[in-house]
Amino acid sequence: MNSSAGYDVIIIGGGIQGCATAYHLARRGIDVLLLEAESCGRHASGANAGGVRCLNRLVEEIPLSLAAQRIWLELEDELGSDCGFRATGQVRIAENQADMSKLEERATLVRSFGFHHEEMIDRAELRKLVPAVAEYCIGALVCRNDGYAKPFLTTRAYLARAGQEGATVLERHPVSRIERERDSWRVTASGRHFHAKTLVNCAGAWGDRIAEMVGDKAPLEVEALALMVTARVAHFIDPVIGMASRKLSFKQMQNGTVVIGGALRAKVIGDRQHAQLDFAPLKESADTVRTVFPQLANLPVVRAWAGLEGVMPDKLPVIGASPTAPDVFHAFGFSAHGFQLAPAVGLAMADLVTSGQSDFDLSAFRIDRFQGGRPQTGEINGH
Amino acid sequence: MLKRLHEDRPAATVTIEFEGEKLKVLAGETVVAAVMAAGAAFVRTSAVSGAHRAPYCQMGVCFECLMEIDGVPNRQACMIPVRDGMVVKRQYGAMELDYE
Amino acid sequence: MSDEYDLIIVGAGPAGLAAAVTASRNALKTLLVDEQADPGGQIYRSIERALPENRSALGPDYFYGQKLLEDFRGSGADYLPETTVWNVDRELNIGLLTNGQAKQIRGKHILLSAGAMERPVPIPGWTLPGVMGAAAADILFKSSDMLPAGPVVLAGSGPLLLLVACRLIDNDVPLAAMVETSSARDYLRAIPYLPGAFRAYNYLLKGLSMRYKVLKARIPVFQGCRDLVVTGDEEADGLRFTCHGADQHVRASTVLLHEGVVPNLQFSRLAGCDHEWFASQRYWRPVIDKWGRTSLEGISVAGDASGIRGAKTAEAAGHLAGLDAACRMKHISDAERDRLAAPYLKAVTRERSIRPFLDHLFPPACQALVPPDDQTIVCRCEELTAGQIREAVALGALDPGQVKGYTRCGMGPCQGRMCGLTLSEIIASSASLPIESVGQLRVRAPLKPLTINQLADLEIFE
Repeated sequence: MNSSAGYDVIIIGGGIQGCATAYHLARRGIDVLLLEAESCGRHASGANAGGVRCLNRLVEEIPLSLAAQRIWLELEDELGSDCGFRATGQVRIAENQADMSKLEERATLVRSFGFHHEEMIDRAELRKLVPAVAEYCIGALVCRNDGYAKPFLTTRAYLARAGQEGATVLERHPVSRIERERDSWRVTASGRHFHAKTLVNCAGAWGDRIAEMVGDKAPLEVEALALMVTARVAHFIDPVIGMASRKLSFKQMQNGTVVIGGALRAKVIGDRQHAQLDFAPLKESADTVRTVFPQLANLPVVRAWAGLEGVMPDKLPVIGASPTAPDVFHAFGFSAHGFQLAPAVGLAMADLVTSGQSDFDLSAFRIDRFQGGRPQTGEINGH
Repeated sequence: MLKRLHEDRPAATVTIEFEGEKLKVLAGETVVAAVMAAGAAFVRTSAVSGAHRAPYCQMGVCFECLMEIDGVPNRQACMIPVRDGMVVKRQYGAMELDYE
Repeated sequence: MSDEYDLIIVGAGPAGLAAAVTASRNALKTLLVDEQADPGGQIYRSIERALPENRSALGPDYFYGQKLLEDFRGSGADYLPETTVWNVDRELNIGLLTNGQAKQIRGKHILLSAGAMERPVPIPGWTLPGVMGAAAADILFKSSDMLPAGPVVLAGSGPLLLLVACRLIDNDVPLAAMVETSSARDYLRAIPYLPGAFRAYNYLLKGLSMRYKVLKARIPVFQGCRDLVVTGDEEADGLRFTCHGADQHVRASTVLLHEGVVPNLQFSRLAGCDHEWFASQRYWRPVIDKWGRTSLEGISVAGDASGIRGAKTAEAAGHLAGLDAACRMKHISDAERDRLAAPYLKAVTRERSIRPFLDHLFPPACQALVPPDDQTIVCRCEELTAGQIREAVALGALDPGQVKGYTRCGMGPCQGRMCGLTLSEIIASSASLPIESVGQLRVRAPLKPLTINQLADLEIFE
């Protein structure tokens, strides 16, 4: 650790995007410093529901998502560490014909772009995949290779490998200032100065603030989203569950607990410091659970929590080179669905930094897409 | 495990069922005290390892006394006074689902 | 029921009862909620239905509480027993569960007086059936008129150890041994705090008379004991320990452990109040002023939940919190509040003066703070050992949240009540960090589980 000599790259933000990027860069022999304000995985990367899903993505994200999915299948071997990944599949359940039509439209749309990962299934197949579902549900949209993982462990696995490959990581080092010094950047964190040729902004719900320090503007909003987890219960379900027209998403973990979520709003407290639970959405969610899975009525919820997410107006992340600042790259604003993408994002960022190019078409994720011309609106993707 | 100190004190007798057996207990006792006085050495088994568990704190803090009471699992039996006709069962491992 | 209450009090021990009395006396619309079926907290547990047969055993300190109970019953305050509080937040929302029905209401002020709990004593074998806290035996005595059948071995340190020993002796429970982790050295360390400790001599005399009872009953007493291990296969069958270098093993079917009492912080931490580390007894406590006000507007703490100072201090603190709430609601002026508060402030100063002496006389044993044996279970709910926690620290987990992320420590239903302090101590010790900077596990709502049905049927009153 040498704060006077420079690093090749400083990554700001130790969530999963930053840790994955650090890992890929370090592997290529790049001298990386990762600066994390608190502890790696402290916020969205550690608090999210762990859904690993290609299903129901905004179309612009699908190529990244499919690439990430291929990596997920081998990720634990690659990182040498338990990520808790299980390919149980994900389903979006239709409760009635209107739902089925909606899902069919979606399936058609996705196929029209040349992607085949989303599949319609009928009532019989739904009951085969999800025997526990209520009788009245009539079908679903399925992505069979989807699943879930343990977000904190996965983030820390990337972190550990990044360190083993030679990356330097400094936790409890919030970045307060970024200045241009001749041909490189000077980053001030915790009263210390660090230098690098290239910066990568993976600062999540604070990504806009870091962007602003280099002169880029991004209309990021911070939201708090809640989850609940239950006591352990005998195994009853394999795939991760979503609903076609309700805000519900849940999964049963290997230890028998059930994690329940689905765009449940909580309150942001202070200056993006904490999230506070609002029990009204949790109540609604519980009601949905017992409607679709009546046998869970007595299942105790032992804990609920909320995490801070950086959300963009069109629900698409910011990924790509800064249009204004030299040697600066952004990857933030994943709008509550960044976890699954991280393996591909880390690779893409490493490519961008080392060669200026990526295999992926990142034009939909440009940071300056909101200036001049209206942003597209996207649906919230529950997972 | 536990003994009653004044077996014959003037108190209403209450009948509960524990693991299928009828037990005569005294009004005012907690469920977990009543079953331990009847000789139960453990009240549940751990969902993690299957180990036998029994109460530690007797005041609702340790969550070891989780039992199924009147069909509802995961109840803190040290916090619940016995009532006539109560059906009490040990909780073995993770709870089962309630298929109607 | 919305916003109807000027003051909502959590916990019907001496602090909560006193606050309810004073608040009602000053015309505050007051609600007292408590988890148990009877008011009295732990110290005055089941006092309203205490058996005449147990009168002399329970003693004057216990029956001192009767007046407070009578005053409470006559106060006109609303009272919800058998009610679990599952949420408190900085907007003064409070979540209640009564008879299976969950509600969320809002108060104008909230007083957290949820008292204390025994410090968990993580020694090898402590999760075996037959191992309980010493206070647990006392609770069984008061609430269910029962005690362990015996033989019992009592182990640890603290005023409660002698008290429970006498309880057992008085009720003919075979007490196989008293295994004390404290020693004569602790007495020497505490002596400088003796002068100025109000009623210290009274206290010491009581202690002596209890020791005499133990002596007369010919109970083997070991002091300065270390390396405690509960033996047994599927249930406890005794306690192994070393005393002055010699290995000992005492057979017993019940092992009662005690290393002091710590504040119940679930509510104040959930709400987000500031806390500070109290080094001499090694626990955190909320930061409060003399009225009990915390760092959050509208939330106060009184009684042992603010720091262990005993029943009389708790009662005085409850009255002070009640007066403060009455003043903030403008039912009394500042001057009136101060006038009425004077005797209670004096009582607090007086009753607290013995604490430094007691705190230095009974420091928690090292083994209970940082279990040296890697095999010792620390998180009972998830069955995680001290060794697994140390492994997580070695992976770079330097705070409880990170260790929790790696190991699941604190993710069980008790939400860190049994493992939280130990977790912070182990991290501080393994990482050589001051425990103040290590901090505590974050507490999440619901504080106690709510079923899907209960959550779905929740009534929210804005």
